[in-house]
Amino acid sequence: MSIDPQGPKVGADEWVARQAHRREYLPSWLGRAQQAGERIGWWPRLAIAGLAGLALPLLGLGGFQLQVGIDALVIALLAVGLNIVVGWAGLLDLGYVAFFGFGAYGYALLSSSQLGANGIHLPYWLSLPIVMIGAAILGLAVGLPSRRLLGDYLAIVTLFLGEAFVEFTNNVAPSKLGGPNGITSIDPIHAFGVSLNTNESYFYLLVIVLVVTMAVLRLLEYSRTGRAWRAVREDPLAAAAMTIPVNRVKLSAFACGAMVAALAGTIFAAQQASVFPTDFDTPILILIYAGLILGGIGSIAGAATGALVVMVIYDGLLRSPAEASILFYGLGLLTLLVKLRPWRRLALVLGATIALGFAAYAIANAISPSVVAGGPQTAGVLGDGLRDWIIVPGNPQTAQTAGNIGFVVLICLAVALVQVKGRWRTILLVPTIYLAAFVWETRLVNEPSITRQLMIGAILIVMMIARPQGLLGQRRVEVAT
Amino acid sequence: MSTGHEPPGDARPVLELDRLSLSFGGLRALSELDLQVSEREVVSVIGPNGAGKTTVFNVITGVYEPSAGDVRFGAHPGPAQSIAGQSPHVIARLGIARTFQTLRLFMNMSVLENVMAATYGGTRAMPWESVLRLPRARREEREARALAEEVLSFFGQRLAGYRWDQPAYSLSYANRRRLEIARALATRPRLLLLDEPAAGMNPAETHEVTELIGQIRDERGVAILVIEHDMHVVAGCSDRVVALDHGIKIAEGGFDQVANHPAVVEAYMGRHPEDLAGAE
Repeated sequence: MSIDPQGPKVGADEWVARQAHRREYLPSWLGRAQQAGERIGWWPRLAIAGLAGLALPLLGLGGFQLQVGIDALVIALLAVGLNIVVGWAGLLDLGYVAFFGFGAYGYALLSSSQLGANGIHLPYWLSLPIVMIGAAILGLAVGLPSRRLLGDYLAIVTLFLGEAFVEFTNNVAPSKLGGPNGITSIDPIHAFGVSLNTNESYFYLLVIVLVVTMAVLRLLEYSRTGRAWRAVREDPLAAAAMTIPVNRVKLSAFACGAMVAALAGTIFAAQQASVFPTDFDTPILILIYAGLILGGIGSIAGAATGALVVMVIYDGLLRSPAEASILFYGLGLLTLLVKLRPWRRLALVLGATIALGFAAYAIANAISPSVVAGGPQTAGVLGDGLRDWIIVPGNPQTAQTAGNIGFVVLICLAVALVQVKGRWRTILLVPTIYLAAFVWETRLVNEPSITRQLMIGAILIVMMIARPQGLLGQRRVEVAT
Repeated sequence: MSTGHEPPGDARPVLELDRLSLSFGGLRALSELDLQVSEREVVSVIGPNGAGKTTVFNVITGVYEPSAGDVRFGAHPGPAQSIAGQSPHVIARLGIARTFQTLRLFMNMSVLENVMAATYGGTRAMPWESVLRLPRARREEREARALAEEVLSFFGQRLAGYRWDQPAYSLSYANRRRLEIARALATRPRLLLLDEPAAGMNPAETHEVTELIGQIRDERGVAILVIEHDMHVVAGCSDRVVALDHGIKIAEGGFDQVANHPAVVEAYMGRHPEDLAGAE
């Protein structure tokens, strides 16, 4: 049956519907900003966001930060394209990153010395349409056998196809595709006598391309085609009974998604000036999905925002220990502030945690000063504040071992925390928070490659609990039929 | 075969089922079913649970392909053509629309979008035309919206303006049923198949549905085939009634005639010698 078993929306009249609508907004001032944004309409909103993006390099964004921005914009473009397939047509496509790779390799072959005696060096206005049409055809070719597959089957088949692309570029025609060494010295984007040679220019190009793509997709979303995509996601049988050719509509979603991915691929290849098979492997796919889910599946603005947030956190902040620590403690504090009520309980937990830290530090220092000789890895003001609070053994070997043991105990404590209720949970929360800070300072902060995976996972878990529809997503009901 | 009740207006058949059979493995869901629906006629299909009523709808709309027999649909100017085994969306485009017994709305789309989605087959604009807002796309969009508003206003205050932008899941059960009918009408059908339109409705709403069926027939000139368990609705709206049991047509004719038919009484109540004697 089609009744949502949990929501208050069943049998809803106008009032209930309005309440549900109100809850679509983010809390506090963010929600008010969202409502103000809705009043001014979608295209002024998009234009303002685009202009703000274009102004960023003027504020002194440069070097490493600019590269993070470029990577984030590429992933945002990919997430916006993936939203067509996953968010609107409801097809769980795990081979999506192959279209990104196809675009990048396609551009690389058409703009380097790989093919022919002197190579092919097409201007961008010619190579872009060729690559995008090629990607659309590839999208149809992948979609054709997949169009009758549903859910899990489609996911696993497309995942295979994505992996097949990596294997293909690794092994087929090494003289042309370069095998694992990839293709290097690719031309920058050049057309009509203009050549993009600086990172700034690619940043500007990406902002413009992203804004234009989002505008195009917004126009498509509320058109005949967009409605058909979403109708097929909601109920394929009903869609077919309402004159919609389900298979053809699915294929068109595949093709459109592939074209956006290929577009992102061409800019990526030109900016990097090189492409390697590993650039288009599963880790990139996971980042695109993380961005899409965080931002809200089905929402164009959500997909772009989510991808930007994920990439800035993942690639930018989590690479340096100082910024990663600010994020860690900030996120932890924010979660406590949001989740702990009443205020008395919050003050109690925070006070007890601070007291516990100083007491533990004083006791450990009295027993043996070497136990606390390490000092926190976190630098700056935050590190100074933590210096007499957190125990970090002086011997790095000991610190590492203690951190590993602490990690296991932390997981046990977290599980215990879920099991107990009421007063015991409040009491148990204090050592758990302290232990989390201990594990962070002794172990995690030194391992950015692992830590950033864990952090993105943690952010998604928090998101799932606080706001399952994602940052800007619309709440959906799942209908079991 | 005498119907006892002549259908109004032109008696050309819109839909003809000709010795239609459908088997699932060894189970015969339908056997040699003959059925005709004429233009502007309301035909009710009744029968106990599992009689094959919804299966008839599924064969007509192309969800199942018949094992034997034929389904013919009268395309208005030309001769009737066979539609057995066609894809559901092709059949829908030819002019057969349906509602579902277990509601199948596009739950996360707005009320207006639900109806506008059904205009897909009647419009032609390609994606790039929609993006560039070319004249054809804009005209079709305007027309689709006008059509959607027209069919929604068929239900008066029930699906009035403020609900149009709300998601379909926020509607009450009865309103979801109404929205399904509105969505089906937006495909501009010549034959409308209603699968239990009054299920889950209170007596006042049930009465409304009965009137609505007549209204759709009269104002939109649509032939209607309706499955219904509520005998007040069946008696109130039908020109003709067909009773099914175990996939076999057991009676056909006016409501009183069918309702008192011994085979129908037996199908619903079971065999009882005194009842059977009384009916004769």
